[in-house]
Amino acid sequence: MSKPSDLVQGTLDMLILKILALEPLNGWAISHRLKQVSSDVLGVSDGSLYPALHKLEHLGWIRAQWKSSENNRRAKFYSLTQLGRKQLEKETANWNRVSAAISGIVKLREA
Amino acid sequence: MRIEQWFYSLPVRLRSFFHPNQVDEELKEELHGHLEQQIKENVERGMSPEEARRSAMRAMGGITQIEQQCRDAHGGSLLEDFVQDLRYGFRQLCRSPGFSALAILCLTLAIGANAAVFSWVEGILFRPYPLVAHQERLFAVAGTVPGMRIDLLSWPDFRDLRRSCALCDDAFVSKITGSTLNIGDHAEVTTGSIVSANYFDAIGVHPILGRGFEAGEDVGNDAHPVVVISYQFWRNRFKGDPQIIGKTQRLNNVPHTIIGVAPEGFYGTFVGRAMQFWVPISMEETFDRGGYKLEDRGARWIESYVRLKPGVSRAQAQQQISAIEARLQNDYPATNRGRGIELWALWQTPFNHAGELLPTLEVMVAVAAFVLLIACANVGNLLLVRSFVRRHEMSVRLAIGAGRGRLLKQLLTEGLILSTLGTAGGFLLAYLCRHLLVMLLPVREGDGMYLPGAIDGRVMAMGAGICLLVALITGLVPALQTNHLDVAGALKAESGGVVGIRSRRWIRSGLVIFQVCLSFILLVGAALLLESLQRIRSTSPGFSTTSVIVTRVSVVAAGYDIPQAKTFQNELIDRLNGLPGIESAALAAVTPLGYAGYQSSPIAVDGYQPSPDEQPEVEYNQVGLRYLATLGIPLLSGREFARSDDENAPLVAIVNRTMMVRYWGGQDPIGRRLKVKGRWVRVVGVAADSKYESLGETPKPFFYVPLRQDFVREPDLNIRTTQSRQSALAAVLREVNALDQDLALYQTVTLQEQVNRAAAPQLVAVTLVSTLGGLALLLAAVGLYGVMSYAVAQSTRELGLRMALGADAANLLRLVISRGLRLTAGGVFFGTIGALALTKLLRELLYKVSPYDPRVFVSALAVMTVTAVSACLLPAWRASRTDPARVLRN
Repeated sequence: MSKPSDLVQGTLDMLILKILALEPLNGWAISHRLKQVSSDVLGVSDGSLYPALHKLEHLGWIRAQWKSSENNRRAKFYSLTQLGRKQLEKETANWNRVSAAISGIVKLREA
Repeated sequence: MRIEQWFYSLPVRLRSFFHPNQVDEELKEELHGHLEQQIKENVERGMSPEEARRSAMRAMGGITQIEQQCRDAHGGSLLEDFVQDLRYGFRQLCRSPGFSALAILCLTLAIGANAAVFSWVEGILFRPYPLVAHQERLFAVAGTVPGMRIDLLSWPDFRDLRRSCALCDDAFVSKITGSTLNIGDHAEVTTGSIVSANYFDAIGVHPILGRGFEAGEDVGNDAHPVVVISYQFWRNRFKGDPQIIGKTQRLNNVPHTIIGVAPEGFYGTFVGRAMQFWVPISMEETFDRGGYKLEDRGARWIESYVRLKPGVSRAQAQQQISAIEARLQNDYPATNRGRGIELWALWQTPFNHAGELLPTLEVMVAVAAFVLLIACANVGNLLLVRSFVRRHEMSVRLAIGAGRGRLLKQLLTEGLILSTLGTAGGFLLAYLCRHLLVMLLPVREGDGMYLPGAIDGRVMAMGAGICLLVALITGLVPALQTNHLDVAGALKAESGGVVGIRSRRWIRSGLVIFQVCLSFILLVGAALLLESLQRIRSTSPGFSTTSVIVTRVSVVAAGYDIPQAKTFQNELIDRLNGLPGIESAALAAVTPLGYAGYQSSPIAVDGYQPSPDEQPEVEYNQVGLRYLATLGIPLLSGREFARSDDENAPLVAIVNRTMMVRYWGGQDPIGRRLKVKGRWVRVVGVAADSKYESLGETPKPFFYVPLRQDFVREPDLNIRTTQSRQSALAAVLREVNALDQDLALYQTVTLQEQVNRAAAPQLVAVTLVSTLGGLALLLAAVGLYGVMSYAVAQSTRELGLRMALGADAANLLRLVISRGLRLTAGGVFFGTIGALALTKLLRELLYKVSPYDPRVFVSALAVMTVTAVSACLLPAWRASRTDPARVLRN
């Protein structure tokens, strides 16, 4: 598997965890939020989102519950587990380290 | 997985294991909820409901794929995966029914061809005798004459063999015979066997009613008129009468007591026939022509088998039998000098249809394997196209961590579904074709040909093997593809980007070249066989076949002795030759190209010195007056036999041209002497060469002696007539009955029918090979069509550009067709090499055609080219209709 995809894949997981850390959401809302916060740069399709959600659920990082949404429809809401919270902290730390290193390199080349 | 994680994910895992359906439902509900919400939002943004739905669907991608990808994310057990893959695979196949139907059809035809051929090989060659025990230890026994053909055994030789062969479990006789059944006022002809008394015990078949034969029933001359009848015979003729034992049935006019009924599904031991009755060998004279032979060591007429003891090889048994034969040669030099006895595997049995069909079936096994390969290449090609379409789906599944192993499993499962359906269809096809061989043979009325395909455990196992192999091939070809996936590129929702296309095109072109190559080889093979059939058909057998009918009068059954038979023959011939509409009538012991074999004799020729290892032995026929004239065999010099050439006159003979050349150096041999069976015979005529036993034979020495000087009570009656068969036979029967009211005519056949039957093995080979060759050609054409259509669809941009730059429709048409022809040329190149290497395997089926005949190769090339051009026409036409403006706009 090529490098960029690893980045996308890992990033997608982290983004989902981050969004769910703020509040439990259903799939559609997550997708909406993703587009909002990333201004469509990442171009994550809905087709990729749901498999990722199911994978995270099976890893035990998020859990799902069926609830009524605002317009009284049943929807599956995802929320973070304790394990997920730890994973998010780990990934955020990791991300910060890597992105600091990269932006350092980028700035070095500009100077 | 860490303990902690395991704890957190356990509820989800348990749920998806115990309530898979509910989990699946929820997944669907979740995705549809998403879709509806998106639609709602789109509508709020001002889209029409229809547009909103379409846009939402587009954003989402294929729901089914996403569902499967979500299931992948769960990562289940092996069985769970398999069931899931199976379900998903079926769904995928249903999504593209055209593709699935085409792939399954290809596999059904190819696997069906293989299953049918295997079932014939099993049912005709390896396990030819249903219900017979231990067929793997059963061997046919035949005599040999050095430097000459296969001969049969005499009853005394057989008995000595049975007594002395310590390595044999048992030995038995089963000699095919025919019989006239008298039923009420009409006669019917049926096929049965003359068997040794131990027959039913030796083969382990026990009559369902009554008994088999007893040891004493081997002995005597016509002493034991008892018969075991087949189940079919019992059902049809006697309506399954439970009181049948002890009743009588006239066979060849002799009343036989029915002592047993054979079990259902037992057809005797002769490849090609379903036997209707069995009589003990002591009834030989009633059923076999040529007099009482049980005590004559020189009368070789017995078809026999041995079953070896467990663990004994053919070679060991052969050694022992050769030793026995050496002793017989020593004890009985007059009859046995220079003769051998040989064991043959059942599939090589020289005295039934097995040996005749062996070369054809050998070729068929190879041809069917070719067709299977071509079909696999075709289905692989189809799957490649589809895997391109499914590139996005595969990438996403890889991206969310499905793993290549998991994808491979999915692709193999899909291959397995296709090949299983194909195999099921194939076996159905083979079952429907199980009696095809008999249908292909020109069968005479009442012949009762029986050449079944047997679908048993071994054939099934072979089919299952093929099924797995096909699943592997068809699954792996598209799997090659996943190595070229660019996951990141594909994850972006739209599916542009031409990834790995170069390598894929190579695989596909390679597959097409492979298909063309194999089908070209089959085409050459089919063309060679066709050419050879033409030559056989157009070869003159050396006698004129039109308007000659052959029959026989039942004088033996009527109890005529030799003097009575002689008088009867003279009177009948005189009467027939005076009849209007009958040009001539002649008697002969054997009719050419029939089932009956000729007599043969060691010969010595005045003035001819044989080399030390040469023992001249020549076949001959006993013929009556005007025989050559009746059959239309030209008389080259001398005279035909006259009425005065009888038992009291000096012995005479007519030799054929090859014999004249071989033994008299081409000098006119009239008046010279020839020693036949120890007596000097004077040559009175030379006849032209003709075919004696098969149409494919090369000219061989042969001679005729007068019927009166080597008498046969019941010879064939040849009649050359200007009338129809019916009226001529009616006239003959009238004359016969004028002489004796009790006499009947046996089955009749025209000489032309006899000749057609002689070409049957070639006919079967040609029909089967050209059917499969045609199938292969069709599959190759479909493959070529697929590749060209795909290439055209992929290069619309290039085609549009060319058009914009001034190429016209004709240019593009030429372009596409020449691309197709280039692939074809590659295939034909390799195919020619393959054909040159392989066609010599056909040699045994070819007649007067070289396996390298250039004209055959050229005509195969022509057919291939026409097929290739037609396969490319539609894609080429589509290319020529490219609209440059639209292409460039996109």
